[in-house]
Order: sequence, then structure tokens, then C-alpha cells
Amino acid sequence: MTQPTTVTADESALVAAFEARIAAGESIEPKDWMPERYRRQLIRMMSQHAHSEIVGMLPEGNWITRAPSLRRKMSLIAKVQDEAGHGLYIYCGTETLGVDRHELVEQLLDGRAKYSSIFNYPTLSWADMGVIGWFVDGAAIVNQTILAKASYGPYARAMVRICKEENFHKRQGYEICATLANGTPAQREMLQDAVNRFWWPSLMMFGPSDTDSPNSAELLKWRVKRKTNDELRQRFINLTVPQAAAIGVTLPDPDLKFNAETNNWDFGEIDWDEFFQVIGGNGPCNRERIAARQQAQDEGEWVRAAATAHASKQHRTVQAA
Amino acid sequence: MAASVKDSPNDISSNGKDTDGQWSLWEVFTQPGKGAPHEHAGSVHATDAEHALQNARDVYARRGEAVSIWVVPADVIVASAPGDAGPFFDPGNDKAYRHPQFYKVPRGVRVF
Repeated sequence: MTQPTTVTADESALVAAFEARIAAGESIEPKDWMPERYRRQLIRMMSQHAHSEIVGMLPEGNWITRAPSLRRKMSLIAKVQDEAGHGLYIYCGTETLGVDRHELVEQLLDGRAKYSSIFNYPTLSWADMGVIGWFVDGAAIVNQTILAKASYGPYARAMVRICKEENFHKRQGYEICATLANGTPAQREMLQDAVNRFWWPSLMMFGPSDTDSPNSAELLKWRVKRKTNDELRQRFINLTVPQAAAIGVTLPDPDLKFNAETNNWDFGEIDWDEFFQVIGGNGPCNRERIAARQQAQDEGEWVRAAATAHASKQHRTVQAA
Repeated sequence: MAASVKDSPNDISSNGKDTDGQWSLWEVFTQPGKGAPHEHAGSVHATDAEHALQNARDVYARRGEAVSIWVVPADVIVASAPGDAGPFFDPGNDKAYRHPQFYKVPRGVRVF
């Protein structure tokens, strides 16, 4: 990870040409020249995104064995499998930048790489499965719909593929919520409790306010991001408020009110201390999540060894024939 | 042409792994429907061709997105270099007679 300390005349001409391409709305492809900083930023952002998909399987995997019906269980298994697929789409995109997946997985396991803060919260009830689909996948759709226009071709194409599948996730989650909202008082209470726990962490998913986001300006300039964290967060809130009203749940923010001037829902102060605590490794489940990933990696070793041994054996058989 | 072609995939899959201990990389192409061309979908890591096909199906065709899949060892793909795009494709740009607009037809006649 060496950064050139001096920029040569040649390099600045290349940067100018690169930025002109971005300004013209062109897509940057793996073999195109790109500033080292663009490559580094993409590797960081895409691998965090891929890790989030993989770690995101854990809170929901927690409820597969306890899903209340076969229909719910099938949906949840399919959703968790999709998250694995999404992780692979993005790892594959990240590898086009000249880094390999093996290295990325190591960075996750040894704590060098981050993933979305939301997955460090525990899933305490069945209602959490509904609320995660509704809020967390809903927030992901808002974010990823814009990333589908990102300047880096492989990232944008992975997002297009993911967005098609996220709609299933969000609808299955919202359906669970709507069903509980029509259920017994205990079920409604369970739903409201899940909403209360996940609302603020879901808003934090969009990242710090742009004034405090160290990477935003550069990512916006290079059109990796097309909207600011605050713009995306506001869009998510505007979409979600009427959905909450439709099923009769209350979003836990006394300051939430419609602003007729801006056409936005104004909202209260986000507890950024909590966000930075969770990102810094001190959320409720950070250690548990990484331990579960490490266990999966260790326990999967024999499967990988068996596949490798099988391939070698096949190869020898072919050669002997 | 700045493409590098390493050893053939058969050499790599003698132990199913490439030099850094990882399963080798295969590019995946899917055909969305009969009669459509195969398009690049992404890539997978796999020990051999059969394994690559199975992984590609699980990753890129969970919802009937494909009726056919090709997997190709990533390092046998030879590609044109972006920096050469101008001169490399230039011969195609200066032959106006390859386009229908080059040809005059009598006024009022529908050629197609």
C-alpha cells in the first residue's frame, strides 16, 4: 500500500483525463488507468460492503431454526442464501481491482476490515426478522440503488444484480411486520419493541453526517457515491414513515414531523457516540460475529480440502487415461 | 496487447489452487434465454471446471436468470488493452462505405 509522494507531470495528465471521463459519465473498467487512491478507496468500500453481506447472514441465521412456519422458514433460508450470493458478487467485483478474496477474508477475520454497524446488534425476537427486512434491507435498497450508478463498472453491475433481489427481502420483512401488526396484543408489542431497537441503528447505517465523513468528498468527486450520506438517510426516512403508519407502529423519535417547506420528515438527533462505539468494535455483538465467522472458516476447512483433493484425483485419472 | 496468458488451466487445477493457495478464478457467462447471447455475469473460485459450473449456478442463477452457463479460466482470456483502444479499433472508423448511409438510392424508393 505505497502512496506516491510526488505526482509527476505524466501522472497529473492521467488524473485529469481520468476525471474528465468520470465527469462525462463514463464507466471505469478494471484495466483502465485509475489513480491509486481511487483503487484503494474502492477496495476499502467494496470489501466493507461484501463483508457486511456475509456478516449480515448471522443475525438472521439465528432465527432459521425457530421460524414460526414452514413458509417463513423457506423464505428466511432463501434470504440468507441471497446475502451469501451478494457477498460473492461484491468480492468478485473487488477482485477486479487486483486484490484477492483470500486476503479480504483475512482482513475481516483479524479485524482490519469493517462491516456495517447494524449487524452488531442482537436479534432477540422473531419480530426482528421482519424489522430487519423492512428497515435494514430497505436502507440497503436506498443506498444500493444509487450505487448502481457508481463510476466503477464492476461495482455498479454487482449493485444492479443485488437490487433486483433486495426487493424480495424487503417485502418478506414488511409482510412479517404487517402480519404481527394484525396479530395479538403480545405480537404487536413484540413488533413495536423490535422497531424501537432497530430504528436508530438503521439510520446510522448511512454513515456519519457528511460534515464528519472523512471519505465522502473524495468518493462523491469520483462518483463512487452519487448522493451524500445525509441525502440517502433522509430519503429512507421519507419512504419509511408512511409504511410505519400503514401498519400502525410508532417510530421511536418524538421529533419526527413533516416539514411542508422541504417536503421532508425532520428527525431528532442521532447518537453518534453509539455509532462510533459500535464501529470501533464495542457494539453488543462485535466479538460474537467475528468469532462465528472464524468458526465457519475453521469448520469449513475440511470441505475445501475435500474439494481440492477431489479435483486433484479427477485430474490424475484424466492424465492416466 | 498487454494481456498476459499464464499456464493453461489444466496445470493450475493439478492441485485446484493457484500460486497463492486460493482456488483458481473462473469467469462466468450466462445466457438469459434461448437465442440470447451469453453475457459476462461475474466470477467464481473453484477447484475444477465442474465445480466452477456448480458454483456459478448457485451464485448467478438462483432465480432462473440463466438457461446456459459458460465458465472460463480467468487467465486464459485474452483482452484488448484500454490504452490501445483508439489505434486498435481505428480501421473500423475510417471506412464509411461499410455503413448503409454511404449509399444513395433513388428518391421515394423504400429499400427496406
